[in-house]
Amino acid sequence: MDTAQIEPGTTFVWPSEDVSQIPFRVYTDQDLYDREQRVLFQGPTWNFLCLDCEIPEPGDYKMTYIGDAPIVVVRDENGDINAMVNRCAHKVSLICYKPRGNVKEFACIYHNWTYDLRGKLTGVAFGRGVRGQGGLTEEFKHDEHGLERIRIENVRGFIMGTFSDETPPFASYIGAELMASIERVFIKPLKVLGYHSQIFPNNWKLYVENNKDSYHASLLHVFHNTFGVVRPTMTGGIKLSESGWHHLSYTQREEIGDDNIDKEKVRAKQKDYSLADTRMMEHVLELGDKVTNSIQTVFPTMVLQQILNALAVRQLIPKGVNESELIWTILGFEDDDSDMDELRMQVNNLVGPAGFISMEDGCVGGFIQTAAKANVDAQTVLPMGGRKIEPSQGSRVTESAVRGFWKGWRECMGV
Amino acid sequence: MTTKIDLDRDLSLRLRIDALLANYIHCIDEDRLEEWPDYFTNDGRYKVVTRENYDLGLPVALIYCDGTGMFKDRISALRTANIFEPHVYCHMVSALKILDSSGPNIKTQSNFTVTRTMSEGQMMTFLCGKTIDTVTEIDGELKFKERTVILDSRRIDTLLVIPV
Repeated sequence: MDTAQIEPGTTFVWPSEDVSQIPFRVYTDQDLYDREQRVLFQGPTWNFLCLDCEIPEPGDYKMTYIGDAPIVVVRDENGDINAMVNRCAHKVSLICYKPRGNVKEFACIYHNWTYDLRGKLTGVAFGRGVRGQGGLTEEFKHDEHGLERIRIENVRGFIMGTFSDETPPFASYIGAELMASIERVFIKPLKVLGYHSQIFPNNWKLYVENNKDSYHASLLHVFHNTFGVVRPTMTGGIKLSESGWHHLSYTQREEIGDDNIDKEKVRAKQKDYSLADTRMMEHVLELGDKVTNSIQTVFPTMVLQQILNALAVRQLIPKGVNESELIWTILGFEDDDSDMDELRMQVNNLVGPAGFISMEDGCVGGFIQTAAKANVDAQTVLPMGGRKIEPSQGSRVTESAVRGFWKGWRECMGV
Repeated sequence: MTTKIDLDRDLSLRLRIDALLANYIHCIDEDRLEEWPDYFTNDGRYKVVTRENYDLGLPVALIYCDGTGMFKDRISALRTANIFEPHVYCHMVSALKILDSSGPNIKTQSNFTVTRTMSEGQMMTFLCGKTIDTVTEIDGELKFKERTVILDSRRIDTLLVIPV
């Protein structure tokens, strides 16, 4: 396999022909991390930035990140959304340092260079000098010193961004089948119900793998089994994009004969342990089908979630080799009534940093990071479901989607 | 003008609430979590929220319990289902302020920090912020009718499983 020159004096060789073995080094190596920033996050990938509904008015902005790169997303006077690198063209200071707000223009606090809401440089303080002395010379062209613009697409209210002109349009990036599954869940205008953030003591890729790894779900997260809320009538499967980069894992109810779809409630089954209060397991079938869980990943770091009536988008931000941050944006539909708001409050007990079925995802990556760093030349193995990268109908006992992630990682990284 | 009678009443109330808060945090810090639901009324509500969401008026909580059953479920899941590296809390509570004591429901606010110590000894300031509580008397005992824990930071290190 090709040897990639990562940084001067270092090389990284992928140790096998396929992606069924993963070298520990990918989770611990600073050179690989630096390369990921340049060629993967700032390469031909789509990254979640924010929601359309978070910046409804002209001048509304939100700070976010693509990898390590600070980004600002803003709605301009025409109602169009623009995304720029949050970095002054002069001394590269952040131009926005408050997480959200409303502005008429962006002004860098350091030397008061100003930019319009499309990132064009509109003013340089003391550009003409003082009393004829100092200032800019004629060779300085304002047009050449705007903010670096990010290409965006609005996908059902999710604002996606990419640094690269090479990135295919979002719909072809993830493919028709996975685009349809986004459209299945996000059928109406959205509203934000809250934010959570969780710091993981591990490399960002361990959390991405965890999302693609449907094999672990019933083994690590034993809440459902313990309280008997998994029904044998549930079926599910894995869908993969043709590229292998993106995936969908879903489960659905198969019971037939209940016509009252809108009001149907899912109740916990009594076993050895049972829940004293089952309100958080209630499921209003609001999407016109019986899918109970849908976890969808968009390479590299976006996760779209429907767990019963808990809707969210999760954005993973790398924070150095050994740490990452997961931002949860908890969603509802704009037209939810107060009963639905209350139901979403209840079901959100299942997810987030304190979620009954998600909290373990916070610690398992740290367990791997701790164990892996002692022997970076060793490898993890991904044998479940063979070595191929293919969809799985009926069974989620496969690591196919994890292998798909590594295919995408290798293609971006050139290793 | 505060009269001596007002002050005596206020002092006695503060001592009783202070005792409630002390018993509550020792119950958690000493891992007697099965007793935790008893600190709330049967229709008690408990929310752990972030200051960000609270200030923006956004409703979603990290932990939301509404009624005794949900309190018990939090603890039984912690004991039987959820997996996490063992750790303990040390709560520090201060600056108790009585917001409203005119009716049967007394509204208070106080600050807290929680230091978390892991089984191998790593120790950190895990949480800090304030609580806004509504306390009421049931059969001569003070209980929380509502307790809203507002975390200053939105970042939770790894996970949140033990209540605050």
